[in-house]
Parts: sequence; C-alpha cells; structure tokens
Amino acid sequence: MELKNETILEIVPTFRVQWEEVQNCYVVLYPEGMVKLSQSAGEIMKRVDGKKSISDIIMDVSATFDGADVNEDVMKFLEVVYGNGWIRVK
Amino acid sequence: MATAGSELSNQSQPLWLLAELTYRCPLQCPYCSNPVEMAKYKNELSTEDWIRVMQQSRKMGATQLGFSGGEPLVRKDLEILIKEARSLGYYTNLITSGVGMDESRIVAFKEAGLDHIQISFQASNEELNNYIGGTKSFQHKYEMARLVKKYEYPMVLNIVLHRKNVSQIKDILDMTVDLNADYVELASTQYYGWSRVNIDQLLPTKEQLMHAESIAREYQEKMKDKMKIIYVIPDYFENRPKKCMNGWGNIFLTIAPDGSALPCHAAGQLPGLQFPNVRDHNVDWIWNDSPDFNKFRGTSWMKEPCSSCDEKHKDLGGCRCQAYMLTGDATNADPVCDKSPFHEKLHGDVERIAKLSGNKEFESKPLIFRNMKNSKEISNKKTPESV
Ligand code: SF4
Ligand code: SF4
Repeated sequence: MELKNETILEIVPTFRVQWEEVQNCYVVLYPEGMVKLSQSAGEIMKRVDGKKSISDIIMDVSATFDGADVNEDVMKFLEVVYGNGWIRVK
Repeated sequence: MATAGSELSNQSQPLWLLAELTYRCPLQCPYCSNPVEMAKYKNELSTEDWIRVMQQSRKMGATQLGFSGGEPLVRKDLEILIKEARSLGYYTNLITSGVGMDESRIVAFKEAGLDHIQISFQASNEELNNYIGGTKSFQHKYEMARLVKKYEYPMVLNIVLHRKNVSQIKDILDMTVDLNADYVELASTQYYGWSRVNIDQLLPTKEQLMHAESIAREYQEKMKDKMKIIYVIPDYFENRPKKCMNGWGNIFLTIAPDGSALPCHAAGQLPGLQFPNVRDHNVDWIWNDSPDFNKFRGTSWMKEPCSSCDEKHKDLGGCRCQAYMLTGDATNADPVCDKSPFHEKLHGDVERIAKLSGNKEFESKPLIFRNMKNSKEISNKKTPESV
C-alpha cells in the first residue's frame, strides 16, 4: 500500500495517542506498552484524525514549524508508523 | 524527552501501576506468582483507597494501569475503578483468568472505558487446563476470549509454560490463532511464589525448551502481520540475568491488596523491607523517599562481583528475589549470572530435575495447588523469618 498526498489516515483503534503532562510529550499507548514521541512525531500523530488528508497534515505541520519544508519528513514518518500498525487508511 | 523545569526530570517515574485488587481467585494455578503467604493478606483496600492511589500515581506520570490479582473480577467495584482510571487518562489493562466474566460485564467494562483485556489459559485442551487451574474453566475461557474480540478489545492471551504443558506449544499457538489474539505471551514460569514450591514438577528440560523455541519462532514468522508472539525462556537456563522489573523502583509500582507498595510483585518475600502502605503514605513519598524504594535503586547497594562489573548497568545485578531465594542474601548477584559463586549450585539443581524428569515416580508427585488452605499450611510450617 502506498501513501499518497490525498490519503486520509486514522489511528488504529487498538492504539491511543495522548498528551502526557508529566513526560511533556505525546505518547502512543497500547496493551501494556507506551512509546514516547519526539516533538515533531507528536505534531504529526496528533493530526491523524480520520479527517485530514496527508497534504493537510503536511501543511499544518509546516505552519507550526514556521513554514519549513517538512514534506519528506512527514511522509517518511507516516510510512514507518503505518508499517508499525499504528495508523491505517480511512 | 526534555522536561525542563520539572523537578522529576532526573528521576525515575512509576510509569506502570499494577493494582493487585485482591488475592481471592477461583483458580489454583500451582505456579501463581502471588506470595505463598497470601492468606495473611486480609483487609483489602476500599474503592476510595484505590481511587486515591490512582490519582496520586497518575500525577507522578503513571500511564499504564494493570488491574490484576488474584482474580480482579472478584471485586464488585471493578467497573467503578475502570471508569475512574480511564477518566484520569490511564491506559487500562484487565489481567484476568476470565472466570467471573460474562457478556454483560464485558459490555459494562467497555462502557467504563476499559482499553485492553488479557486472558490467561493454563493449556490448550480442556483436561490439562482444568487440572492445572484446579477448576473447570476451559470452555468458559474460550467463550470469553471470543466475546472480548467481538467487542473489539485488543486481546492478549497469556500462557504460562512449564514442564506439564510446554510440549503442547503447537496446539497452544493454534488455539491462539483460532481465537484471533492480537498478542500472545508465552511466559516461562518464574520460580518464586508458588512455582518455587512446585519447581520439581514444573521446571522444563532444555530439550523441551529448544523444541518450544523453534515452534514459537516458526509461528512468529508465519503470523508476523496478524499477531505478536512474545516468547520468554526461563532465565535459569541463561548465563546473564534479566534486568529485573527494568530496575528496582525505576518504572514499576505494585500495590498489594492490603495497600502495601512494592517495587515488584514478588518483593513481599524479601527480608528487611518495611512495606510502606498507601493507607499511611502518599505515592510520591513512597516512590521517591521511602527506604524500600531506594534500597536497591541504581547500583550503590551492590557487592562483588556486581559492584566492579562492567555490565552492571545492563542488568543491574538481576532479580533481588532470586538472589535472596537462592543465596540467602538479597544484595548478592542473581545466581543466573555465571560470575556468581552460586551459579554452579543453581545449574546443579536444574540438572538434578532434568535427570529425574520423565521418571514415573518423580512425575507423579502431586502439585501443591495455590489456595488459602495450602497457604495457611505452608505459612504455619515456615519458621518466622529474621528481619
Ligand atoms: S495465576 Fe492462576 S491462581 Fe494465580 S491469580 Fe492467576 S488465575 Fe489465579
Ligand atoms: S556480576 Fe552482577 S552486574 Fe555483572 S553481569 Fe553478573 S549479575 Fe550483572
């Protein structure tokens, strides 16, 4: 499966993404486990909501990083977590 | 992750809260990791106590919460606790035998916000499952596992492996495939608690383990995209110990049914601990300041051969309970390590059991089942431990 700009993604329901105050970061939660996300990873994952397309996400993330070109980084990251089974195509 | 300005920044956090709600259980597994002296633990925490513990732990960074026991389903307030936990933001795990569950409770848990259910099986066939569990439970477990999937929970199936069931690993894995498990934990018995009492009957042979491992690998490959299989071999067969609980007082916080706080669910047997109770102290003090949680934190408590060992940060000297049980001193190296002077003795024991296993008379020695009657008997026989 190839991810394209217009693809709409959602979090697989057996995973949960949430902000953790004490850790000061976003985390991914699943049965008996947790992964802390880096700031940029958190910014991407929190936008995966079953509504936004990948290009929406890219635009949005770019805006939070002062208009930086994040195109490739976002795509790469999404491919990895797609492979992890955290997200799926809506 | 930078946690600038946070006073916790350099310190460990109790990420994992294990709530042992009760030691009551309809099953009687002879390898149960609950303390052999469990009959002494009366006076369970109230609903309010548990809610307070969950709130305090959450503030300190706890994210994963396991409801366990005993059998947590015995607690009538489980639905209330799940609801509270979920609203606090925990990822909530129910660790159960499935006995005491029915469809309406599965639905109620879902409404309360339960995230995940782990069901244990004792074996893949009715006869052995019911024998090991000491209860007629196999059919019921099977039905419950189906319902857990029907209501779209992620499901972990947990099977504790030992000499009586490890040869059936293929059937066990076929069962987990049939039940559509998302994760399968094939956990080798750890020899403390009841399994230490029954070690002669439970310790598998090296051949059995090698066979089991090859089958587990085969299924891991075959089921790669559908099911995650975790296979852990018992460390008695290794030369380096595990980093037990990922380090003492590092990420795990266990609360026993009576409210005693422990860095590990087996630590209740260690002499010299004071067992701070959540009825008397808040979780912050217990975690950061109590003598118990600092006792084996880091590496400064170590003796030789650990203290000068260049691998000490890797395994932190292994399991304190195992060190205590096998050497009489909890500050010794875990004898699984081949640098420990007790390592030979441990292997001698493993070999003694290996030689005898298969022998008819040896195999027919009865298992001591985990129940309150046996707990009382064993506790009474034991000479009081010097503290
Ligand atoms: S291991 Fe068996 S006896 Fe022990 S709590 Fe679990 S189900 Fe009950
Ligand atoms: S001597 Fe101690 S620290 Fe070194 S490897 Fe063995 S158990 Fe670990």
